[in-house]
Amino acid sequence: MLRYIIKRLLYMIPTLLGISMIAFVIIQLPPGDYLTSLISRMTQNGENVDPAQIAQMRAIYGFDDPIWVQYFKWITGILLRGDFGYSFEWNRPVSELIWQRMGATLSVSLAALLFVWAVSLPIGIYSAMRRHSVGDHIATFFGFIGLAIPNFILALTLMYVSYKYLGQNVGGLQSQEFIDAPASWAKFVDLLAHLWIPVVVIGTAGTASLIRILRANLTDELSKPYVITAKAKGLPEYKVVLKYPVRIALNPFVSAIGWVLPNLISGVTITAIVLNLPTAGPLLLRALISQDMYLAGSFILLMGSLTLVGMLISDILLALLDPRIRFN
Amino acid sequence: MTVHSFIDDELETAPAISALRTGEAVETTAAAGQWTLIWHKFRQNKVAIFAGAVILFLYFVAIFAEFLAPALPEASRPQFTYAPPQAISFFATAEDGSTQFLPHVQGYTQTVDQASLRRTFVVDDSLVVPIGFFVHGPKYRMWGLFDTDLHLLGPLKSTDTMYLMGSDKLGRDLLSRLIYGTRISMSIGLIGVLFSLVLGVTLGSLSGFYGGWVDMIIQRGIEIISSMPTIPLWLGLAAAIPITWSPLQVYFIITLIVSLFGWTGLAREVRGRFFALRTEDFVTAARLDGSRERRLIFRHILPSLTSHILAVVTLALPTMIVAETALSFLGIGLKPPVVSWGVLLQDAQNVRTIATAPWLLIWPAGAVVIAVLSFNFLGDGMRDAADPYES
Repeated sequence: MLRYIIKRLLYMIPTLLGISMIAFVIIQLPPGDYLTSLISRMTQNGENVDPAQIAQMRAIYGFDDPIWVQYFKWITGILLRGDFGYSFEWNRPVSELIWQRMGATLSVSLAALLFVWAVSLPIGIYSAMRRHSVGDHIATFFGFIGLAIPNFILALTLMYVSYKYLGQNVGGLQSQEFIDAPASWAKFVDLLAHLWIPVVVIGTAGTASLIRILRANLTDELSKPYVITAKAKGLPEYKVVLKYPVRIALNPFVSAIGWVLPNLISGVTITAIVLNLPTAGPLLLRALISQDMYLAGSFILLMGSLTLVGMLISDILLALLDPRIRFN
Repeated sequence: MTVHSFIDDELETAPAISALRTGEAVETTAAAGQWTLIWHKFRQNKVAIFAGAVILFLYFVAIFAEFLAPALPEASRPQFTYAPPQAISFFATAEDGSTQFLPHVQGYTQTVDQASLRRTFVVDDSLVVPIGFFVHGPKYRMWGLFDTDLHLLGPLKSTDTMYLMGSDKLGRDLLSRLIYGTRISMSIGLIGVLFSLVLGVTLGSLSGFYGGWVDMIIQRGIEIISSMPTIPLWLGLAAAIPITWSPLQVYFIITLIVSLFGWTGLAREVRGRFFALRTEDFVTAARLDGSRERRLIFRHILPSLTSHILAVVTLALPTMIVAETALSFLGIGLKPPVVSWGVLLQDAQNVRTIATAPWLLIWPAGAVVIAVLSFNFLGDGMRDAADPYES
């Protein structure tokens, strides 16, 4: 097991390297560098540009170095000092800005993952056991709709519906009066009242595909001889199904962490922009539009790393659950 | 001595022992070619057939956008901002009180609320705007070839207005804009898929054919790309497009960005099939006959994958359409004056606008959902039919 984990960790290194390179390319893509845009913005505002300060910043960030040296400095800064660079728009180090937002992104994604699990397990089992029943068809139909509606359109629609029929404004994660309030039960309830829309929006597509997978796996499992034997012995149906076939069909739930998580994080990004949630999405978009590239690049790097960690966790859990993976 | 009997009938063409079951046409059996079998299997999937018809219709709309749209996409009328959709009625009351057949839409009277300065439109039964088929409306240039002013549907008098789907904040006809948007959105999917087809098939074949370290490198690359959450990545790349670029350049670069991350699924599929086919007898035979690697890949292996590739490509198309829509919606994809479904949805960005004019959300969103659903159903059908020799 330990060997498996170590092997898996080693495999992660080149992937992480690749992700960091993609993030760095995105940082470098816009024409000019941050200082040229900073200088132009400062002169536009009529501020004085101090050539000495500019020269000092050029030296600190090494804008005149060759590209691979810049990359090396950037990545070692992150790895050794946790220094993600400087946000020129906010005039603060990037590391002060990102962690809270990334935390919120992670929390919303995890909440969505729980939602995906909680919804798709019963529906998946039901669909597999009552194949081609009315309920199965309804679930399939909604599954297809859920897959087909892009997150942001679903978010807009839910926003409109709750604005029109429930009379509440659903932007953000907290009502105005709770934003700076200390943690309390009322605040938590308020959070839940806001959280359900993004969670439903983000989780829908994942739920639909997980139901399909669970239904297919469980159907295969249910026709195996041991299930028939158990039934023949007179075990009650719920016991026959829940005791073994469901447990075997549950593997995709664990591996889902790996492939659903990128989608969830991706979904949180755009949904958060529409619903104005305090997660990474809106800040990322704003950073990109104002070409505050260290901030934007750090977000992209962290989101990529987050999905990698998710895949690692799902692989380790799978290996724990399924000895066949462990011994291969 | 017996007389030799001559056969005057037509020559017998069937094999001596027929493989055909009685009462079945030739093409339903083993005698049929692979594509015929695929078509037969596909034809049984009614949903997929219907979805295919919807997609054909959408591309038809995209091709004949100028003719099908009642108005020009940029024709704005400040007096009709946020005009609600009009219904078509077929009978109108004439001046003498008799009812006659006259297809028309009802005009509006509008009042401006002095407090909010917002226009409210009230349907006015007395205002009748007669409409008809093949009317002369605003001039346009069809496919850049010839000038004409013929429109499939529109008000008989070219100065009248008709808003079957309502109008937007500048009083532009949403139906016309949706029709023009279909052209951009549907073609971006198609071109994007072409890009990822080339990438996916090339890298997938290399990976599957050679295996070893080539496979290792390409698989790592695919792993990196597919572990990145797509939307942040698209945002990052699209935001780098210089604002000075022409709409056409932006269109192509957006297509490229969207397809840059869509090819991984295709590459995986192709790779898997290559692994399976590499050791097949017909490949070995071709190799022993002296075929070079390029010929092996392109002449012998790839053609037998065509149906699978088509299915995967169809399933990849909706992702591209959604990607473009999302980017344009966020304001860093296509920008006005280009009209796409995403650009249209940009107008429906906040709750207040949607509350004032829900049609700005409903119609473009509906178009996106219908397109995505149809591609998914069609792709599923094609995937099921792709291998006719499976049970």
